[in-house]
Amino acid sequence: MNTDMKRRVFLKGSLAAGTVGMAVTAGLLTPQAVLAAWPEKAFQAKKADEALSAAFGMGQTEASDKIKIKAPDIAENGAVVPVTVTTDIPGVESIAIMASANNSPLVALFNLGKSTKADISTRIKMGKTGDVVAVVKAGGKLYANRKGVKVTIGGCGG
Amino acid sequence: MAKSSIKIRAKVKDGITTVKCLINHPMETGLRKNKKTGKLIPAHFITEVMAKHKDAEVLSANWSGGVSKNPYLAFKFSGGEKGDPVTISWTDNKGNSDTKTAKIK
Repeated sequence: MNTDMKRRVFLKGSLAAGTVGMAVTAGLLTPQAVLAAWPEKAFQAKKADEALSAAFGMGQTEASDKIKIKAPDIAENGAVVPVTVTTDIPGVESIAIMASANNSPLVALFNLGKSTKADISTRIKMGKTGDVVAVVKAGGKLYANRKGVKVTIGGCGG
Repeated sequence: MAKSSIKIRAKVKDGITTVKCLINHPMETGLRKNKKTGKLIPAHFITEVMAKHKDAEVLSANWSGGVSKNPYLAFKFSGGEKGDPVTISWTDNKGNSDTKTAKIK
């Protein structure tokens, strides 16, 4: 019993270098979070192109004004910035929303069903003035557009 | 049963169903500090959202703490009819989850 306890303490210590330890330090807590297959690498990437590569397997995007981003020019409250992304590009599989000036730019990733319209609205946090970038994956390619939003009060509550 | 954290409005017009939902959730990024203790408030946010129409998945989403508190989500799909069920489910990084079904009006 005693050796068991010592083993456990030892193992716990050595695991600190491993993924479980990392998950705990990253604040992601329980193993159940891993089950959801959450694209951690994409959401924790500090740069937009890294986030895209991790999320879509490719980082190159083609600028397209066929993607419409509806967001306020000036956001009174960076904690709640309403964003609507629509596009008439055919065959949209996924839409990603990024806030270029956030610590971790990738905010949300939407995978659309076959009968779902490329018309998604949500509200995001913006840490400071920057661009809302919408990336659309359609026909195996990535298209992107951006819209600048001025933020008067930061999005993470200080 | 505990009160649901999800509110859903689903309406169909001209063959397009618009779904609007509001989810009650703190969506903590893990970067905020508790003003009194100075300690970091741990990350607690929805990581996955799933929307179904009848049994078909119409939308799935992965979110980070960058989505606002009490997240709002709206989307549209074709092929829904009045009375069809639309189900919204979410899971967060702590393993909590909730689900709600509403009928298209």
